[in-house]
Amino acid sequence: MNEKYGRITREGLWSNNVVFAQMLALCPTLAVTSTATNGLGMGLATTAVLLLSNIIVSSVRQLVSPEVRIPVYIVLIATLVTLLDMALNAWVHELYKVLGLFIALIVVNCAILGRAESFASKNGVADAALDGLMMGLGFTLALVALGGMREILGSGTLFSNAHLLLGSAFAFLETTIVPDYKGFLLMILPPGGFMALGFLLAAKRVYDRRRAERAEAVAAATVAG
Amino acid sequence: MKLAELRTRLGYQALLLGGVALLTSAALAFAALLTGPEIKAAEEADLKQSLTQVLPGSYDNDLLKDTVSLHGEAGEVLVYRARRTGKVEAVVYRVTGYGYSGAIVCMMGVSREGKVLGVRVIKHAETPGLGDKIEPAKAKWIFDFDGKWLGEPPVDKWAVKKDGGVFDQFAGATITPRAVVKAVKGGLVFFEANRAALLDEAGGVR
Repeated sequence: MNEKYGRITREGLWSNNVVFAQMLALCPTLAVTSTATNGLGMGLATTAVLLLSNIIVSSVRQLVSPEVRIPVYIVLIATLVTLLDMALNAWVHELYKVLGLFIALIVVNCAILGRAESFASKNGVADAALDGLMMGLGFTLALVALGGMREILGSGTLFSNAHLLLGSAFAFLETTIVPDYKGFLLMILPPGGFMALGFLLAAKRVYDRRRAERAEAVAAATVAG
Repeated sequence: MKLAELRTRLGYQALLLGGVALLTSAALAFAALLTGPEIKAAEEADLKQSLTQVLPGSYDNDLLKDTVSLHGEAGEVLVYRARRTGKVEAVVYRVTGYGYSGAIVCMMGVSREGKVLGVRVIKHAETPGLGDKIEPAKAKWIFDFDGKWLGEPPVDKWAVKKDGGVFDQFAGATITPRAVVKAVKGGLVFFEANRAALLDEAGGVR
């Protein structure tokens, strides 16, 4: 049982990461990651929707006919996003002013429908909830990495405006990496997003291959010994 | 299993879709009822904040309730009036310029003498790092308008320096400041054209 949860966690965070492995949700990924803070906000909002949609889809999976599952899932996800949008707007308006734009974008995030379809509709509620949470956190991780890279290269800061998103207690996150930086506009603009994503993907693949080679070498050594 | 057999029926699928649509719209309607007043209050607070940013000084009326809608060059303009002891001291309204990537919406405050009290860009999609210097958080440029009117600088100098005017453009971005200057100038022309109606002084009453 524990092994299964470990696998779900590993897949969500790393080996089957929404952005770095499945290459899904690239539209919101590239659109919002001009700063690490934006990436974090979008990631957390998506995690909330993903967690709830996985739980709901998993708990009604017996009732839904395979023939009409897609429209049912889409309606459920769109409703969740709209509810989240209204709730944030009404009760945490300051946060909504920062995140507002991203929340509507979650509807076009195909990763959420993807998880509903490929995981939640085939697994129990607890597994689906964990999968939603981990996929969401993996997505957040990817967005923060991408946003951080673009922000450092583009404006020389990291987590600027974090206090707007997380409250003034988190103002310490806001750091200036390069003082007196003139700015590298390309990284803030959309092409910079593609480039940064490309480099991060390449880095992940190199890392994964090195690790696989090392594991192979260890296995070979064990056999030989 | 009985449910598995039932699920393949056309009637069940239609009912399921209908049921899901009904449930979700009910949830949305309920949530809209629940959050509606709060959202409205929050938006009013936002609006009030953006109004007071371009209105230095104190006023004794509720700006959001004291409005007048006038016909401007680009359609209806909703004007908020700030009064002190019944007299209109300043008016606030939105003006729109067209920059490098679409509309730039500004809120501008104008005193009863026709001087700019303040301008703030409330919505724009200009290039980050170049055109976004119109935001007060990025540069002080937008404060250049404070205290200006159609006589100072003279009307034909209401342009960016590149066009022979007095307002700075930014390195790498001329279209954006040009659009804002034009919008603010248009706002002042609108004020002069509708002065009596804006100041609520038609016929010298009040």
